[in-house]
Amino acid sequence: MNLFYIAWRNIQQRGLASVLTMLSMALGVTLVILVLSISWIITESFARNSNVGYNLIVGAKGGPLQLTLNTVFYLSKPIEVLPYEDYLELLPGSGRAEEIARIGGRIAEPEREGKYSLYMSGGFAIPVCLGDYLGPFRVVGTKPEFFEQLKYGEKGDLDYEFKTGRNFLDYSDENGYFEAVLGAHVAREMDKQVGDTFKTTHGDPEGEGHGQEFTVVGVLAPTGTPNDRAAFINLEGFYLMEGHSRVFEDLANPDEDKSEVAPRDIDQPPRLSLEKRDVTAVLVKPGRGLFAMQMQQSIKKSLRAQAASPIEEIGTLFNNFVNPVKYTLLGLTIVVCVVSAICILVSIYNSMNERRRDIAVMRALGARRDVVLLIVLFESMMIALGGGLIGWVFGHALAKLCSPLVEERTGIQLGFLNSITSVELLLVPGLILLATLAGIIPAVVAYRTNVSQHLSS
Amino acid sequence: MLEITDLVKDFPLPDRSRLPVLDIPQFSISAAEQVVLIGESGGGKTTLLHCIAGITAPTSGRIGINGLQLTKLSEAGRDRVRAARIGYVFQTFNLLPGFSALENVWLGMSFAGKGHDRNRAVDLLQRVGLSNRLHHKPHALSVGQQQRVAVARALANRPTLLLADEPTANIDPANQQKIIDLIRDCCREEEVAMLMVTHSMQIAEQFDRVERLEEINRVHPDEAAQGDQE
Repeated sequence: MNLFYIAWRNIQQRGLASVLTMLSMALGVTLVILVLSISWIITESFARNSNVGYNLIVGAKGGPLQLTLNTVFYLSKPIEVLPYEDYLELLPGSGRAEEIARIGGRIAEPEREGKYSLYMSGGFAIPVCLGDYLGPFRVVGTKPEFFEQLKYGEKGDLDYEFKTGRNFLDYSDENGYFEAVLGAHVAREMDKQVGDTFKTTHGDPEGEGHGQEFTVVGVLAPTGTPNDRAAFINLEGFYLMEGHSRVFEDLANPDEDKSEVAPRDIDQPPRLSLEKRDVTAVLVKPGRGLFAMQMQQSIKKSLRAQAASPIEEIGTLFNNFVNPVKYTLLGLTIVVCVVSAICILVSIYNSMNERRRDIAVMRALGARRDVVLLIVLFESMMIALGGGLIGWVFGHALAKLCSPLVEERTGIQLGFLNSITSVELLLVPGLILLATLAGIIPAVVAYRTNVSQHLSS
Repeated sequence: MLEITDLVKDFPLPDRSRLPVLDIPQFSISAAEQVVLIGESGGGKTTLLHCIAGITAPTSGRIGINGLQLTKLSEAGRDRVRAARIGYVFQTFNLLPGFSALENVWLGMSFAGKGHDRNRAVDLLQRVGLSNRLHHKPHALSVGQQQRVAVARALANRPTLLLADEPTANIDPANQQKIIDLIRDCCREEEVAMLMVTHSMQIAEQFDRVERLEEINRVHPDEAAQGDQE
C-alpha cells in the first residue's frame, strides 16, 4: 500500500469536507480557465486584426489611437474629416489626374501627380467615409478596392469572400451608385440578404434617416474581424446622400488658383464634384513597407493630416489597456485559488485533532515522521489537483458552451481544446506549490505528533 | 531475544526536576517465550512497552532485540526496527477507521517497506476467523472482531516480538479468553516471543512466566504513577 493510497483513503474518510474543499479549488481553477479563455479570445481577436492589410491610416489631426479605433474597429465617435484633395495626393503614379478626370470639379493643378505618388508606386490608397449607421452598425462608405486589395487574417493572406452575391460596383446600370455589401453579422442581425434595400441614418444610430436607398448586392463570409459588424456602401452613393456635401476653405489653394475639370464619363449620372467631398480616413499601403515611416513623418508635418500606424496603435492599445485588465483579472482569480488553498489548509488542519490518534497508530506501526508528513502533503496535493482537474474540465466545457455566442460576436471559434494556452501548463506546478504551502502546517502537526500521548489518549 | 539492562526512564517536570518511572536493572525474554506482565495501574507498564517498541526513547540503559541495540539507534532507525520486528496490539485496537480489515493488515506491512503481501494478509485474517469480513470497515465489525484484525495486523510482518497492552480490557468476558487463546496460538505458530500486559489474574495464571513490574522495577509504583501516562 503506497502513500498515495493511504492519502486517498484519508480523503475518502473525510468525504464531505474533502469534496467541498475540492469544489472550492475547482471553482478557483474554473475562474482561471475562463479568464485565460477570455484573454485568448481578446488576443486572438487582436492578432486577427493586427495585420489589417495596410501600413498607415491617414486622417485629420488628432489622436492616432482614436483614428485607429474609428477606422479599424469602427469604435469611438466619428472624427474630423479631410478634403478629398488630400486623398488624391496619396494616389500612385497618374492616379490623381485620372481620378480628377473621372469625377470632375474645381481643383488646382489637375494634371500633376500626387505629392506622395512616388512612395505609392505599387501600393494603394483606399478612402473611407464614416458617420452613418444601419441600425446599430457602422456604415462605411468606400471604394470597391476595399474588398479587392485589402486582405485579412493573422498573416494578412486571406481574401475577403462573399457568402452570397458580389462586391459593389462604382457604378452599375441596375443600381447606379447605390450598391452595398453587408458584413456577415450585420446581414444576420438586420435580416438582410442580397436584393434587399436599406436606408442609413446620419450621425448616430438614432440619427435622422437619409432618403436614399442602397441595394444589398453581396454578403461577406464571416471573417472574425470588425468588418463582420459593418455595412459597406459605394463611396459615390455616400457622397450623393443629403448632408454629405461640404465645402472646405482651402487656404493653401485659393479658389482663384483652381480650374474646373469636366467629368469624363458623361453617360453616367453626375457625381458629387471633388471640392465638395471629404474623407474620414485613407487606408494607405505604400509601394514598399520602408516608405511607410517616411510618409508618416512627412504627413505629420502637414497642416491638417496625420498618419497613424495601425499595428503600432493596436499594440499600444493592447499593452496599455487590454493587458492590464487581463492581468488584473488573472491576479484576482489567483487570489481565488489562494483562498481555495487556505480552505484546504483549514479543512485538513481542523481534521488533525481527530486524526492524531490515527497518525500515532501509523507511527506505532513503524511509519517514520517524514512518512506521515508526506501522507498529509499528498492529501493536500490530491485535493488541490483533483479540484484543479475538475475546474479545468468545467472551465473549458463552459467556454465550449459559450462558443456559439463568442463566434457570433467575434468570429472566433472557441473549442474545448483550441483555447488551451501555454499559461495553463503552469497550473499543475502552481497547484502543487499551493497545495504544498497549504498542507505544510497540518503536515508539520502530523510530523510532531507525540505517539505515546495520543496512543494512550 | 529481548535483553533489557539498566533501563531508566524518567520525565521532566515543570520545576526542572525529573520524575522517575522505570529503573529496571535486568529483564529478558527468550525467543518464542510468552511472558505476562502484571502490575498496579500507572506503574509504568505501558511506558516499558513503549520503550521496548522504540516509541519512547529511554533516559538511559540498553534494550537489545535479537542482538540489535535499540537504544543506539536514531528515532527513524527505531521506527524501522519496530515496523520490521515488533508487533503491537493495543488495548483500544486502534484500527484506522477509513481502511477495511484487509487494508488495516496491509498498512502494517507498508511501513516495513516489504510491499503488501495479499496472501499473507488474507491468510492471517482467515486464521483469526475473519475470512468473510476482509472488506469490512472497522465500524462494521464487532469489538471482538476489531481486536482480531489488530492481532492479524501485529503479526503481518512476521515480527520476532509481539507486545500486547491489555488486549482484552475492552472486550466482554465471553470473548476475552478467545482473544487470549488466539494471540497465544498465533504467536506459538509463528514462533513469536510475546510480552503481554494485563490486569486479569485469570489470564495471567495461564502463562508459565508471570512477571510483576514492582519486582523488576526499582521505582515505587506510587512514584511512577504520575509519569506513566506522559
